Amino acid sequence: MTRITLTVDGAKYIDDVEPRMLLVHFLRERLGKTGTVVGCDTSNCGACTVHLDGRSVKSCNVLAVQADGHEVTTIEGLATNGELHPMQAAFHECHALQCGYCTPGMIMQAIDLLQDNPSPSEEEIRSGLEGNLCRCTGYHNIVRAVQTAAGQPAGGAAATLEESAS
Amino acid sequence: MTVTEDRPTDTGAPKEIGRDRRRKEDQRLITGRTRWTDNIQLPGMLHLAMVRSPYAHARITRIDTTVAKQTPNVVAVLTGEDVKDEQGSLPNAWPITEDQKAPPHPAVAVDRVAFAGEIVAVVVARTAAEARDAAELVDVDYEELPAAVDLKQAAADAVLAHPDLGTNKSAFWQYDSATAGTGGAVDEAIEEARTNGVLIEREYRQQRLIPAFMEPRSVVSDPTGEQLTVWTATQVPHFVRFFIAVVLGVPESKVRVIAPDVGGGFGGKLQFTPEEAITVVASRRLGKPCKYTETRSESLMAAHHGRDQWQQLTLAATKDGTVTGLKVDLIADMGAYLGLVTSGIPILGAFMFNSIYKFAAYQFNCTNVFTNKTWTDAYRGAGRPEATFAIERLMDELAAELGVDPLEIREKNWIKHEEFPFSTVAGMEYDSGNYEAATAKAKELFGYDELRAEQRRRRDAGDPVQLGIGVSTFTEMCGLAPSRVLGNLRYAAGGWEHASVRMLATGKVEVVTGTSPHGQGHETAWSQIVADRLGVPFEDVEVLHGDTQIAHKGLDTYGSRSLTVGGEALVLAADKVIENAKPIAAHLLEASIEDIEFNDGKLSVRGTDRGMALGELALAAFAAHDLPDGVEPTLDAEATFDPVNFSFPHGTHLCAVEIDTETGGVTMRKYACVDDVGTIINPLIVEGQVHGGLLQGIAQALWEEAVHDDAGTLVSASFVDYLVPTAADTISFDVDHTTSPSTTNTLGTKGVGEAGTIASTPAVVNAVVDALRPFGVNDVRMPCTPERIWKAIHAHDGAQSGGAPTEGAAAPHFDEADTADRSAGTEGAEQ
Repeated sequence: MTRITLTVDGAKYIDDVEPRMLLVHFLRERLGKTGTVVGCDTSNCGACTVHLDGRSVKSCNVLAVQADGHEVTTIEGLATNGELHPMQAAFHECHALQCGYCTPGMIMQAIDLLQDNPSPSEEEIRSGLEGNLCRCTGYHNIVRAVQTAAGQPAGGAAATLEESAS
Repeated sequence: MTVTEDRPTDTGAPKEIGRDRRRKEDQRLITGRTRWTDNIQLPGMLHLAMVRSPYAHARITRIDTTVAKQTPNVVAVLTGEDVKDEQGSLPNAWPITEDQKAPPHPAVAVDRVAFAGEIVAVVVARTAAEARDAAELVDVDYEELPAAVDLKQAAADAVLAHPDLGTNKSAFWQYDSATAGTGGAVDEAIEEARTNGVLIEREYRQQRLIPAFMEPRSVVSDPTGEQLTVWTATQVPHFVRFFIAVVLGVPESKVRVIAPDVGGGFGGKLQFTPEEAITVVASRRLGKPCKYTETRSESLMAAHHGRDQWQQLTLAATKDGTVTGLKVDLIADMGAYLGLVTSGIPILGAFMFNSIYKFAAYQFNCTNVFTNKTWTDAYRGAGRPEATFAIERLMDELAAELGVDPLEIREKNWIKHEEFPFSTVAGMEYDSGNYEAATAKAKELFGYDELRAEQRRRRDAGDPVQLGIGVSTFTEMCGLAPSRVLGNLRYAAGGWEHASVRMLATGKVEVVTGTSPHGQGHETAWSQIVADRLGVPFEDVEVLHGDTQIAHKGLDTYGSRSLTVGGEALVLAADKVIENAKPIAAHLLEASIEDIEFNDGKLSVRGTDRGMALGELALAAFAAHDLPDGVEPTLDAEATFDPVNFSFPHGTHLCAVEIDTETGGVTMRKYACVDDVGTIINPLIVEGQVHGGLLQGIAQALWEEAVHDDAGTLVSASFVDYLVPTAADTISFDVDHTTSPSTTNTLGTKGVGEAGTIASTPAVVNAVVDALRPFGVNDVRMPCTPERIWKAIHAHDGAQSGGAPTEGAAAPHFDEADTADRSAGTEGAEQ
């Protein structure tokens, strides 16, 4: 067992973990941060994406001991005082989720993407999300959501929506 | 920024249906306040890990569990021998013929395994990690048996998947229009076309796919209460409850099944699984809650697969392109066992091969065949994508044969809008549709004529990047299903759906639905329907589902049935609430019941300004101080709806791809579709369903395939090898709608869950083939990989390998046998 100290979603935790324990299992099983999920075990799907010191990582690909002394933000730590993070709000507004299983990872990755590139093109958004799989949405509205969060007009979707709603 | 929105101030009804409401479900999902089955932790909970067979077909000669059992924190190790008297046989609910053959299907194999990935032992330990570690210590000796892997060879009984059955053929099923009285004799039409018309004869391969829902399956079984409580990542909690009772012998009334948040299904969670069964058995035996969550590799290997057919097709037409007959011969791969509806999946296609076209004669023949692979079962579309692919590919081939535009040949043969309702050669009655309108709108959205002109220019210029345009004018049958029809097809259950509407004393409304959403947004759409029907605010409606103790009756969510069947049950229940309120309103308003009218949430006395809101009447019923004699103190109502017919969404899908003829690489240029799914409750949700459906269908065309090696091992058993598309692989879609309301339900809805998947696969492959026609290509097997496309282009020019053979370190990382299946499939190319 190894003792680790880390900050998760603003709270400080100390725990003893097996050296082989993955960060995602630590978050889910020890801290009850079940908003972060496991999708593939092979770091392909990105469902487990969290921020480690502000940058996105796949938490199935990080050992809990590697997070020792660092700061982790999960999907559960994004909203502040009941206010959604703009990316969360954009996912809701643009219907960028269906079953919602990939959503926490997708949102965490999308935030990191805009941090690197505040006004990405559609192509840049698509390649920036390449490490996150979604099986429900066809990515169409996820791209719209990232555009919306970036303050860009959300392209075709909004126009079609207005039309359909009329 | 909060999730709730202001209610519109206008009072004209209907207010909600047709509105692009943001989803009620989202708030929890975007903040991580979710309850996936794997999140559940209970006091004393134990964890299961499975020991799975590495062999596709083998006899189990010995299992030594001694070391595993002695490992600290391991509580039990169970083998098939240990549970054989308890575990029963997993169900097949659809014996398609009286003499259908099927092997027993134990949750844990007892003495023989029939596919790689089958469970042979179960380790129960304090933690999931300890269970998995100990699973490695279970020592199993196998005597390997010859495995039936290749579908065609299996159909010829070359190797038997189950020697005891004496054959690999599970069943043969036929629909013949001459016998059924719905059309002529197909062989006559074919002979006529052979001498005086056009005959298109093709063989197509529907490759094996994996549903690949994002949430791996998980199950928790808690035996510590009076009732056994089972949480499971399923589409069908009511089915699971029924089968826990029937297969495992627990009284149904002692079983509660909960489908909490479920992360996608696409048919892949329409099952009573071995993992569910053994988790229940283990928990009951140990008296402790038990959990099993699969790894992704286990999910890809052992959760059921989809599709997997060889299709032999003959289309007969006159010289002017009028279709006269269609003959379909299928070999369908069941895999090793018959799951819940495995055997019926290809049969669902029987009614769809004729599609929107007026064939005079039709015959469908299907042979269901066992192999030593994971069993197949429902996957988005289930039988209908296979049928739609075949007919839409054939219509393109007919157009090419006659040298006409593929849309022209379709229009010549499709049912005209004034011909509805239309009885088809496959015995279905299509209630409504307008193929002309959808096609006209799609052509405009797509820019069809401009793209055709560009295609001509690029062909003439010999552009190395060629443009291909693919068409798919599909229909499908949704709303599974009229119980009587299911009975005639020998399906064991019915197709009704149940709903109840409870008026709470505070005026809030609880809606209980027997459908079981896992991403579809029922909570939002159902709220919209009830809000309009009862004239109550959208926010005041709470939709409850997915727990057999709350939604005590239901047949769950699959087959695009929830809205067309479950939505209608909801309408009926809501209408009963109003009827229940009328005598109370009449009594309290001192009017005759005949004079009470319901409008916009209020029961009023006709011709007066006297009235009471539904909520006030709910409170009056709750207090029950002053009710008319003989009237029960409640407004609550329930309804069970059994549809009289299917619904038939349709649409026109147009796809443009660019193919680099030097590399075989495909890039999607544009995808436009116009779907007629009847009345739209929520356009936002409908578009989302279409987007996601499209990409799953496109993925079948271009990327996905479950690949086995010669020994029957799945080599695409991780997301590294099974190519679920990413955002970078695809483009934004142009999606629009036309509406011809269904006449088979009050709301006029048709269903949308599977439309995109059913329609898009042939649109994409037609586009690929269209781009390659100048090279003499008339087929590329799915998935249309760059390698297959390149080989198709060069099939006749001698450049078989593009130069010297690749050798040594640069050679593929697979054995030749593994890659054979992926690189084959270009033999349909012709000069």
